[in-house]
Amino acid sequence: MADGTPSNRDAIRGGVHRPQAHDSAHKHVAGEALYIDDLPEPAGLVHLYLGLADRAHARIVSVDLAKVRAARGVVAVFTAADVPGVNDISSTGLHDEPIFATDRIDYHGQPIFAVAARTRAQARRAAKLGVIQYDELAPITDIAAARAAKAPLVTEPLTLARGDIESAMKGAPRRLKGSMTIGGQDHFYLEGQIALAVPGEDRDVTIYSSTQHPSEVQHMVSHALGVPSHAVTIECRRMGGGFGGKETQANLFAAAAAIAAKKLNRAVKLRPDRDDDMIITGKRHDFVVDYEIGFDDDGRIHAVDAVYAARCGFSADLSGPVTDRALFHADNCYFYPAVRLRSEPLKTTTCSNTAFRGFGGPQGMIGAERFIEEIAFATAKDPVDIRKLNFYGVAERNVTPYHQTIEDNIIAKVMEEIERRSDFRARQAAIRAFNRDSKILKRGIALTPVKFGISFTATWFNQAGALVHIYTDGSVHLNHGGTEMGQGLYVKVAQVVADAFQIDIDKVKITATTTGKVPNTSATAASSGTDLNGMAALAACDAIKARLVDFAAERWSVPKDQIAFLPNRLRVGNQEISFPEIVKAAYMARVSLSATGFYKTPKIHWDRKKGIGRPFYYFAYGAAACEVLIDTLTGEYKVERADIVHDVGHSLNPAIDRGQIEGGFIQGMGWLTTEELWWDDKGRLRTHAPSTYKIPVASDRPTIFNVAILEGVKNSEPAIHRSKAVGEPPFMLANSVFFALSDAIASLADHRFCPRLDSPATPERVLFAVERMRALAAGQEAA
Amino acid sequence: MRRTIRFLLGEETREIESSDPTATLLDWLRADARLTGTKEGCAEGDCGACTVAIGRLSGGRLRYEAINSCIRLLATIDGCHVVTIEHLKRSDGSLHPVQQAMAAHHGSQCGFCTPGIVMSLYALWLNEERPDETRIEDALAGNLCRCTGYQPIIAAARGISDFGRRREDPLIANADAIAARLKTLRDEETLLVEQEERRLIAPATVNALADAVVKEPRATMLAGGTDVGLWVTKEMRDIAPVIYLGRVEALKRVEDRGDALIFGAGANHIDVRKALATIHPQLDELMRRFGGEQIRNAGTIGGNIANGSPIGDLPPALIALGATIMLRRGAGRRVIPLEQFFIAYRKQDRRAGEFIETITVPKPPPDALIHVSKVSKRFDEDISSVCGAFLLRRGPDGLVAEARLAFGGMAATPKRAANAETILKGKPWSEESVALAIGCLAVDFKPLDDMRASARYRATVAGNLLRRFLMETTDAAIATRVAGLMRADAPRAAHG
Repeated sequence: MADGTPSNRDAIRGGVHRPQAHDSAHKHVAGEALYIDDLPEPAGLVHLYLGLADRAHARIVSVDLAKVRAARGVVAVFTAADVPGVNDISSTGLHDEPIFATDRIDYHGQPIFAVAARTRAQARRAAKLGVIQYDELAPITDIAAARAAKAPLVTEPLTLARGDIESAMKGAPRRLKGSMTIGGQDHFYLEGQIALAVPGEDRDVTIYSSTQHPSEVQHMVSHALGVPSHAVTIECRRMGGGFGGKETQANLFAAAAAIAAKKLNRAVKLRPDRDDDMIITGKRHDFVVDYEIGFDDDGRIHAVDAVYAARCGFSADLSGPVTDRALFHADNCYFYPAVRLRSEPLKTTTCSNTAFRGFGGPQGMIGAERFIEEIAFATAKDPVDIRKLNFYGVAERNVTPYHQTIEDNIIAKVMEEIERRSDFRARQAAIRAFNRDSKILKRGIALTPVKFGISFTATWFNQAGALVHIYTDGSVHLNHGGTEMGQGLYVKVAQVVADAFQIDIDKVKITATTTGKVPNTSATAASSGTDLNGMAALAACDAIKARLVDFAAERWSVPKDQIAFLPNRLRVGNQEISFPEIVKAAYMARVSLSATGFYKTPKIHWDRKKGIGRPFYYFAYGAAACEVLIDTLTGEYKVERADIVHDVGHSLNPAIDRGQIEGGFIQGMGWLTTEELWWDDKGRLRTHAPSTYKIPVASDRPTIFNVAILEGVKNSEPAIHRSKAVGEPPFMLANSVFFALSDAIASLADHRFCPRLDSPATPERVLFAVERMRALAAGQEAA
Repeated sequence: MRRTIRFLLGEETREIESSDPTATLLDWLRADARLTGTKEGCAEGDCGACTVAIGRLSGGRLRYEAINSCIRLLATIDGCHVVTIEHLKRSDGSLHPVQQAMAAHHGSQCGFCTPGIVMSLYALWLNEERPDETRIEDALAGNLCRCTGYQPIIAAARGISDFGRRREDPLIANADAIAARLKTLRDEETLLVEQEERRLIAPATVNALADAVVKEPRATMLAGGTDVGLWVTKEMRDIAPVIYLGRVEALKRVEDRGDALIFGAGANHIDVRKALATIHPQLDELMRRFGGEQIRNAGTIGGNIANGSPIGDLPPALIALGATIMLRRGAGRRVIPLEQFFIAYRKQDRRAGEFIETITVPKPPPDALIHVSKVSKRFDEDISSVCGAFLLRRGPDGLVAEARLAFGGMAATPKRAANAETILKGKPWSEESVALAIGCLAVDFKPLDDMRASARYRATVAGNLLRRFLMETTDAAIATRVAGLMRADAPRAAHG
């Protein structure tokens, strides 16, 4: 971004609302951006590797690690007995997630021990040599099995209710029941999990961790080592992707590396192989939604009663808030006059499912779209009309199942835009005509909206800190609690700081997130990074600016209102002074040029027990229209066109926001189409590498892909520069792909039956849904 | 016998003595050369984060190819030019046009896949100045990006030449000098890489290879390494001793004999595609979707056969075409029909001391009906759930005279549908006959049931592919495919 041109006097480089490139773009393309495995290794470093259980559910009878210890290059072996503090990394405090398993195995791939060796290959080979005897138990792999086994819940379930569901359902002119299975998703961050622990003096240890949540890693490591938090420093300059997969999942690797590092007094690196990473770490929750909907002949919803069962895995992890958020988004944009939504966070003997972009929201939201689809087929109306009929109102019909009144509803504007831009109705008619003439290939089209609530539902997480220094040459050091995983948080916050001081963005040094500079941070999650850290950084800038103004007013004897921050300079009365000059002068006058900033989101509150509150500061909106072509012989399909309109408020950085929208959509499309997690009958995940787990590739993106940021809107709340969060909401635009597939399938029976497609809609599921439609059509003709 | 691995790394000549014979190029780059721009994403050649460009002399011409350094053994780059992300910047420190285009189009987010994507695009640009969108997608099929959704990367790929001229690229401008340097690294000596009695032997001639295989009958035969590489990186297997076939130029030959195509076992999938495309466009499409570009560059026809996988993509097509393979042991040779090579799951008719030398694919007569379908969860860079390749000939009476129906993914080996073939013989090529043939498939096959597809799906699709075959060969107007053949005609909107 330092392009070498002289400072502009009219406008700074890299201010807010500009399409500023990612701060590391140059380093990325040059291969010069450093990830943790690229850092020079300290002398004497050893590599740690985890020894994993090869049963899904068992009691451990005996553990014999003699062969591991004897293996070539091995320096030390660690088990639960070597954990100096507590053998637990449960972020919930439920004590249900050991670092090393001791007496029982709760999922295939659970770590039992760790081995340190001189090379990573030696450690990997040695890790396979553990001799473990098991007393096997039956695996409980999926939701059906968990229900059948009366498996416990991993955390307290949630009920959201409003109105009298029993009488509303009874009183509804029409009712239907159904069930939808929604698959999970692996994060497939390109950079896998990694931790590099470097021991220091006293009880200190510094860990370079690829994590979205340095403070939690710090707490977990201090807990595991039995040392105060002040002894543990976590640093992360960037991740090679996170998507929620490094919100809690980095804890295990950091804790194991730290234990070994302190014990051996050596630097220790732990980087699991991709397959082991995918086997060990949690993923997006699979859900089964069982629903009953009451509605009338117009297609208007009267009542919704639904249970959201989730495959949580062996521990709670974030399953509580994830299943909560599924319920919070079970309405999407639709008003349910009477509603009861219940979560069922089931324990299974699988990896512990965790945060993933949308955090349960996508599963809740696609359920809402299924309800709409069901009603459309039941009433023989167009799904888009049913959607519009049930949209939240602006002044009425605007209360959510959690009793928050929606104050910023712009879905009507978004719909108008998407219908116009996608030429939806005309194309829908053309597709029906195409399908009449095309024997094998069928097209489908769908338009789905998105409304996504912004804020952590755990209210206390909605806080952030920042640290800003100005050095005497006028250059600025910026630090905050947010982490960079590619989403462009660092550059957006730097834009905020550049704008605040009115200096070119290349004067602002972005620095690695570290628990030593900004403490007690929240995870960079819930799309909140820019909202929280941008405001915290702005507060820090404002504090320093106030001191500079006070100083200048006194020094040059001008009223404060005659002092202004102009591009790369200050106007002080009638004179203009460059930013470095004023900074130098302030320093000489002994003015502090460093400040912390703090921010907490206003207005929000949430009473989980009562299910009442305002968990969300505001909502982000969007809509997508999608067209697909399916092959009824094989179930293969292609997304031929996608149109997107998405609301980011007044965009802080349209280039970064567009990247989030496009990338989120494609990732959502992968979730709903080719990304399939598959466990075998022994409870082993068998799709644990890119050879078997298929995320979208370049040719999978829509043939025509039109993406527009909704123009002329601002956040109605005073969020950072009136922008809106963008990390998660676009993910759910991909619902349009799924329902376009469903529309194409429905054409096989002349749109008389709801295909009730489950996700992911692999070619196999599409083909079998096609066959079901054909059978239903034949059955009806016979009747 | 030469004991030093010699290659060019950027502009430097590197000579490496006594190294681990099964060390990967990626590990060497990152740990020894400290070139950490090249990343490990999956260590199995599926994500492309480790992509580097390799220059090699091919028929005297310098040829650059993107490959996966994670599963490529260091010893196998002997005589090659290794170009990594670090070598792209100009000498004044400014970015290469490929890098400039990626940055200008916001082609990176987290940046971890980016060096690999830059290298794939660079290798493409070295070969084609203005590739079309399909070609770009094919070149990127082996590069996963989890952040961007690819749109800005495609835009960057289309815009590279806005940032510089191809002919000014140092590798193009200095091609002759680089070729001359590579020639000096080339010799007829067998390369021996040995450490602690673990060895890799890389003969340079077919005869030396034949001798080596007889002498080391238990050695792991290594060609493109697109499967054997995973034995090292995933299974942590010690594959030594290794015999590497890739230095033998004669094995890479592709020859059109008029009535048949003759492939050296070491011909890569790019070259195989070009030749097979002359037989039928669906063979071209099959090979277009074979692995990712890096795998197509590294993988060989002989490797895809010798490996014996039930889901390899080439065997069904080659079996349908009636291919034969020539196995060589010392000076002795035998020729067998390809289908006889596959005995049982991963058990092949390769005797001790033997290796596949050539594959002969007879050209079908002009009146033969041919069909090839690869069905997979994802179109690009995926392994087939079902692969069907069919050849059918009708006699003067219009009735089926010969049917060769070969399938992958339907049994423990690539296999013909014997009963279905028999029932078709003497019948008209019609819906009724196809229905009878489909009925036979349940007898012919017990399909696999795994994470790629259920047995029921495979069985259903196998039958439907015969239906597709009939439709495509009897109704010229019918559209039956959503990817590949029709894609070139698909319109694309400008991206704002």
